[in-house]
Amino acid sequence: MSTSAAFGGETHWLGDVALRGGTVLDAGGSRKADVLVSDGSIVAVGDITDLMSRSAVVLDASGCVVAPGLVDLHTHMREPGYEDAETVQSAARAAALGGYSAVVAMPNTEPPADNASIVSHVRALGERSCVDVYPAGTITLGRAGRALAPMAEMAALGVRIFTDDGSGVQDARLMRRAMEYARALGVTVAEHCEDAAMSAGGHMHEGEWSSRLGIAGQPAEAEELMVMRDLALARMTGARLHLLHLSTAGSLAMVSAARRGGLDVTAEVAPHHFTLTDADVASYDPVFKVHPPLRSATDVAAVKSAVADGTVDAIATDHAPHARHAKEAPFDVAPPGMLGLETALGLALSELGLPVGAVLALMSWQPAAIAGIGATHGGPLKAGRPANLCVIDTEETWVVEPDRTASLSRNNPYKGRRLTGRVRHTVTRGEPVVVGGEAQR
Amino acid sequence: MTGATPAQLEPTPSPSSAPSSSGGSNETDRAPRHFLGVTGSQGGELRDLLRLSDRFGEVNRRPIPKVPALRGKTVVNMFFEDSTRTRLSFDTAARRLSADVVTFSAATSSLNKGESLRDTVETVESLGADAVVVRHSSSGVPWQIASWVKRTSVINAGDGWHEHPTQALLDCYTIARSSPVLAERFGPDSDAFDFEGLKVGIVGDISHSRVARSNVAAMTALGASVTLVGPPTLLPSCLDGWPVEVSNDLDGLIGDLDVCYLLRLQRERTTEALLPTLREYRALYGLSAKRADRLKDGAIVMHPGPANLGVEIDADVTRRPCSVISAQVTNGVSVRMAVLYYFLGSGVDLVN
Ligand SMILES: [Zn+2]
Repeated sequence: MSTSAAFGGETHWLGDVALRGGTVLDAGGSRKADVLVSDGSIVAVGDITDLMSRSAVVLDASGCVVAPGLVDLHTHMREPGYEDAETVQSAARAAALGGYSAVVAMPNTEPPADNASIVSHVRALGERSCVDVYPAGTITLGRAGRALAPMAEMAALGVRIFTDDGSGVQDARLMRRAMEYARALGVTVAEHCEDAAMSAGGHMHEGEWSSRLGIAGQPAEAEELMVMRDLALARMTGARLHLLHLSTAGSLAMVSAARRGGLDVTAEVAPHHFTLTDADVASYDPVFKVHPPLRSATDVAAVKSAVADGTVDAIATDHAPHARHAKEAPFDVAPPGMLGLETALGLALSELGLPVGAVLALMSWQPAAIAGIGATHGGPLKAGRPANLCVIDTEETWVVEPDRTASLSRNNPYKGRRLTGRVRHTVTRGEPVVVGGEAQR
Repeated sequence: MTGATPAQLEPTPSPSSAPSSSGGSNETDRAPRHFLGVTGSQGGELRDLLRLSDRFGEVNRRPIPKVPALRGKTVVNMFFEDSTRTRLSFDTAARRLSADVVTFSAATSSLNKGESLRDTVETVESLGADAVVVRHSSSGVPWQIASWVKRTSVINAGDGWHEHPTQALLDCYTIARSSPVLAERFGPDSDAFDFEGLKVGIVGDISHSRVARSNVAAMTALGASVTLVGPPTLLPSCLDGWPVEVSNDLDGLIGDLDVCYLLRLQRERTTEALLPTLREYRALYGLSAKRADRLKDGAIVMHPGPANLGVEIDADVTRRPCSVISAQVTNGVSVRMAVLYYFLGSGVDLVN
């Protein structure tokens, strides 16, 4: 058995894998069925007994859901530039353990992915990793918010999402031009919604807790003003807009209204925005520092109901590793961000109260469509499709231990939390990269 | 401020563990006790410390104001933010208790060489510190340090905009010993420390003030009615759960106050669009001589220092009999002796 590699899931693992005894669940519904994978593709779904080769790797899926691999729209892999916090390899391993077979790599590296050569570099690193890595490109050169990055040369390499994530594009005129330009390329502009003047100096959500704790706040309005602006610009330009990590009731209400008005906009939320609140900052542990900040309990309730009512299209991790020493600093000095790849599915299954199929829609096929990779990821599970799968034990209960991770960092805010639902196996490009909850490489 | 905050006297001392008890046992294996904040504290806990401050006030009036209570203990001053007054006050308090005092200067520390805050703290602890007195410009640092140390007591000497618990104690002590209203009610040397019915106005930049946050907690725990006074730009954006009244009108309030507490105004607030000019601030919220004339008989004027004379308070007002600003400084040493003794005392009788 050996692997060959290429960008965008064209690679495959030579060999047979049989997933036996599970319930297949994809956008088409669920049915009891075995799945046979050979040479990187699904060759049969159903009764596979007569088709299996003797050398097939058999993965026990009894009592489990066999689903299309998860797709994360928002992973900070940190390479190049911050390899002490994470690398493409380590992030990909964490992703596979979390059930992902594909991730979109955020471009706020050092140097940023604002040109074809950095995109090619990240892509090449991803080809050797255990998930498919789809680099996003920046909207502006150097993420500096002053001039457009060469989006066409990056799009020619397959980049479908452009974002200055880490900050928003502050200049409305520049954002208008970016959207116009993106529309012609058929790519999506993704915004980190934060009006920098409104949020300046803030380190947590502005409200009851920031007032008590004496930490400068970022008001919900800092996010909402940019959501409002970008919805107007999307209407004006006809561009495809994706809104990253929305966190406030007001933002989600605006998206819902815009959608009813026929606008082609999609939205993601991060697990920490439906599982943690600004009250968690009371420990002053910078592991709870993140942008957008942990919001009020009211916002958390609004995020949950927007997830349930379809306003939200995707759950995305915003996996943001930081080296240990960086988080052992005063709260207002430490960098924002928290790990997410290995806990996202467990949190979604445990805390949203949604059927498994609805969670998978938010974490697999809907994000695959947003990322423009629906031909390779997100199912459906049928013969001829690329073999990107995960096997989930929806009943298994486990306790989060930050030291048990494939990430190079430990900024996991869920220490000690009990979750129900865990990934048993992950198959990427036909290769069993996670078996029995253990990474295979 | 409601109780469910991390800021409190930790652990909650019970009356039986009150400071004058003499245990005398070897307590090196005991979990350290920290003095981080006063938010969430009960009046009884604060009164224990205020009564103890009285006893150290008596020590400080002796010809040789020194007791062996902390002999053999090492107190490390870790002042990551400059504050000569508070550092000197803690330094004096520790020496009068016969502790060894080491001053850690942040300016020359390895923090400038890329070491994490935690590494620095663990180094200081491994050198044998019994207590660290921490001052930091970032809110919450004493709580973080308390979560990292194993044996060392953490005493908060001011963190960011958050808490300055010894300032609040010394302010409450000063009120108890200086307010003619309380003296009339309880007698001049009463140890009641009961502020029921006392009307306190805290005036100025509440939002950025650790002194205000700690004083709101301490004064209201002792029974005072506190009104925060300032322009909306200098008040916290959300006061849910704070046991206070709020006013934007000092003139409407000044004649009712028993205590008029003025906060220091940082001059940079005018460059952050929080205030138009210092002149306008003085006109609306400064305690000018003219405005001070409207204070009622028996009212006292306080300031945590150092004052911007001519901005939040006129020089003339600081010299009036109603000003107790210098008493605040004097009382600071007694109160800090009480805190150090209470949180790291080994049971040696303090009056030896
Ligand atoms: Zn972001």
